[in-house]
Amino acid sequence: MSGGVDSAVAAARAAEAGHDVTGVHLALSRNPQTYRTGARGCCTLEDSRDARRAADVIGIPFYVWDMAERFHEDVVDDFVAEYAAGRTPNPCLRCNEKIKFAAVLDRAVALGFDAVVTGHHARIDAGVLRRSVDLGKDQSYVLAVLNSGQLSRAIFPLGDITKEQVRAEAAERGLAVADKPDSHDICFIADGDTRGFLTERIGAKPGDIVDGESGEVLGEHNGAFAYTVGQRHGLGLTRPAADGRPRYVLSITPVSNTVTVGPREALEVDVVHSNRLVWTDGVARTEPIECEVQLRAHGEVHAATVVASGDTLTAHLRHPARGVSAGQAIVVYQPDSGGDVVIASATITGAERG
Amino acid sequence: MAYLDHAATTPMLPDALEAYVAAAAHLGNASALHAAGRGARRLVEEARESVAADLGARPSEVIFTGGGTESDNLAVKGMFWGRRDADPARRRVVASEIEHHAVLDAVDWLERHEGAAVSRLPVDAGGRIRMDVLADVLAEHGDEIALVTAMWANNEVGTLQPISEMSAATEQHGIPVHTDAIQAVGQVPVDFAASGAAALTVTGHKLGGPAGVGLLLLGRDVPVTPLLHGGGQERDVRSGTLDVPGIVSFAAAVRVAVAEQAATAERLTRLRDDLIARVRKAVPEAILNGDPVDRLPGNAHLSFPGCEGDAILMLLDAAGVQCATGSACNAGVAQPSHVLLAMGADETLARSTLRFSLGHTSTQEDVDELIEALPTAVERARAASAT
Repeated sequence: MSGGVDSAVAAARAAEAGHDVTGVHLALSRNPQTYRTGARGCCTLEDSRDARRAADVIGIPFYVWDMAERFHEDVVDDFVAEYAAGRTPNPCLRCNEKIKFAAVLDRAVALGFDAVVTGHHARIDAGVLRRSVDLGKDQSYVLAVLNSGQLSRAIFPLGDITKEQVRAEAAERGLAVADKPDSHDICFIADGDTRGFLTERIGAKPGDIVDGESGEVLGEHNGAFAYTVGQRHGLGLTRPAADGRPRYVLSITPVSNTVTVGPREALEVDVVHSNRLVWTDGVARTEPIECEVQLRAHGEVHAATVVASGDTLTAHLRHPARGVSAGQAIVVYQPDSGGDVVIASATITGAERG
Repeated sequence: MAYLDHAATTPMLPDALEAYVAAAAHLGNASALHAAGRGARRLVEEARESVAADLGARPSEVIFTGGGTESDNLAVKGMFWGRRDADPARRRVVASEIEHHAVLDAVDWLERHEGAAVSRLPVDAGGRIRMDVLADVLAEHGDEIALVTAMWANNEVGTLQPISEMSAATEQHGIPVHTDAIQAVGQVPVDFAASGAAALTVTGHKLGGPAGVGLLLLGRDVPVTPLLHGGGQERDVRSGTLDVPGIVSFAAAVRVAVAEQAATAERLTRLRDDLIARVRKAVPEAILNGDPVDRLPGNAHLSFPGCEGDAILMLLDAAGVQCATGSACNAGVAQPSHVLLAMGADETLARSTLRFSLGHTSTQEDVDELIEALPTAVERARAASAT
């Protein structure tokens, strides 16, 4: 229970369904003092209190579990290392994979619990993971990394209602968090300044900004980690391109510490490579699959054919996509009128124009 | 439902509850000069005489406060300021390492903000303050010490401390001793005059009175600078309108707790020894912390190696058995107990502890319920630690 409206309603629904529910708030900051300074983020003392008050109203026990060390190692350190390696990680996905449905789930099972209930917007039924009915709030993308074992012990009570309905239900249930604003920021970067957070940890590493076609050095950057593929603003280039058109980040090369830029059409890719493949139902497929893929959180969906080989997955997109970043997840969906079904997920390693 | 957390708070005694309700119906500010005011003041003064008689103090030595934390802060900061103002050389505070945070954090604050020098007294493996170290500190710094503060009985592991011995040792140096006797009153005999202490903290809700009212017994000649300035109540040491029903109820609780202390101690010691023996039988690797004999009658503090205290607590709670991992003030994110660390435990062992504390409503059934629920809880907690 993060202290937000989703987990509060999820807990209430689980309790109402007859489960013996215990509320758990995760303390994720290594230094509890920092809770007090950040008004934003998901681990403030105020959020802990909100979660406790929701548990009171629902009528379930409530505890704070200290997961700070695991969270720091598996999510924060990983986040920094991924950026340092020129990739763009998704920390919420990593938190689901390593904390909520690993560290927390394992501890819970050992303590005698059967499942972990969360307020994620997604549907799970008999091991089949589907998008939420609320496509705008759907979180199946950051849950697709879970394997069948993890999913077998996951309960998402909110998948069949919209965010708006969650808020209305919270109000009906007398939960004070009914109109609490959504959190958008990365919870461990309280001030929202991701670039500052990374610079502090990785250090400034000046390098060249290079034109992708001519190889000409166009400018200097203070650290390649501050750039994301597809980025247009904040490149700090003083000279306009020869053709006068805007330039975008095409790729980041950590070894040479260069950021390569070029015109918008050079961003277009239609072959996406990935590894760390997870089959949601645990069954590996070797034949090509006609499907839809999503390449970033809340990103658009692309019709594609995917081919798996061992731990890797290659996606051939019907139409080119732009701004595909290594480190993000590729999630494979099978369109379905009962909610698109998650087939597989993998981590993007690269993309190209085939 | 078994409540085994009396050291955190204990149910109000029927006499105290009755006294509270009766006094709460009274009109009158105890500082007012008219009849209603005099009536309220009379209740307060009778309460003052009553607690003074029960605790071996004179009525003029009783300063009513808003509870234990306030009394501890008043004693530690107030005596530091008072003694330093009288003699600028006296800016050293001597405190044991196992004090409650109400003392410990007040001492830390004086060190950071008021230029206090601090000597910390270590404890032995049983949690008893090292008197030999106190002797060394007195020999080396006798002229610089503002006060010595040491608790009468430790709130976590229950070890009783040699307060009279301490007062005797400091007396020849003219150094006042403050003792936090919050856990002691009602469990062991507490006599302010006989203890030789200059200041002594008591609070209501640990002995069957209401929360939010406490007292500091304070010798007439001890210089103290107030924390709260205002109307000049309580010898001008603690301003603020007196909480008449709270004070009256508190005094009623002290009366009963002290009158029944010997019988309570005998009953709780038996119950506690039974609890410890049966816990050890059910979980043979469990370790008893604190002094096995010189401890609070109601205190059983045990380590369960390989388990997190937090996990056992949660499972026992689900089974209707309520206990604590350390002092309740640490609730929320678990910190390893500073008391256990001071006694030489490592961090892992310090996190594997539970405190079961008995009080005036404790019964054999409470212990039976604990023993029934404990083995499964320990087994699961051990599995959780292995993940």
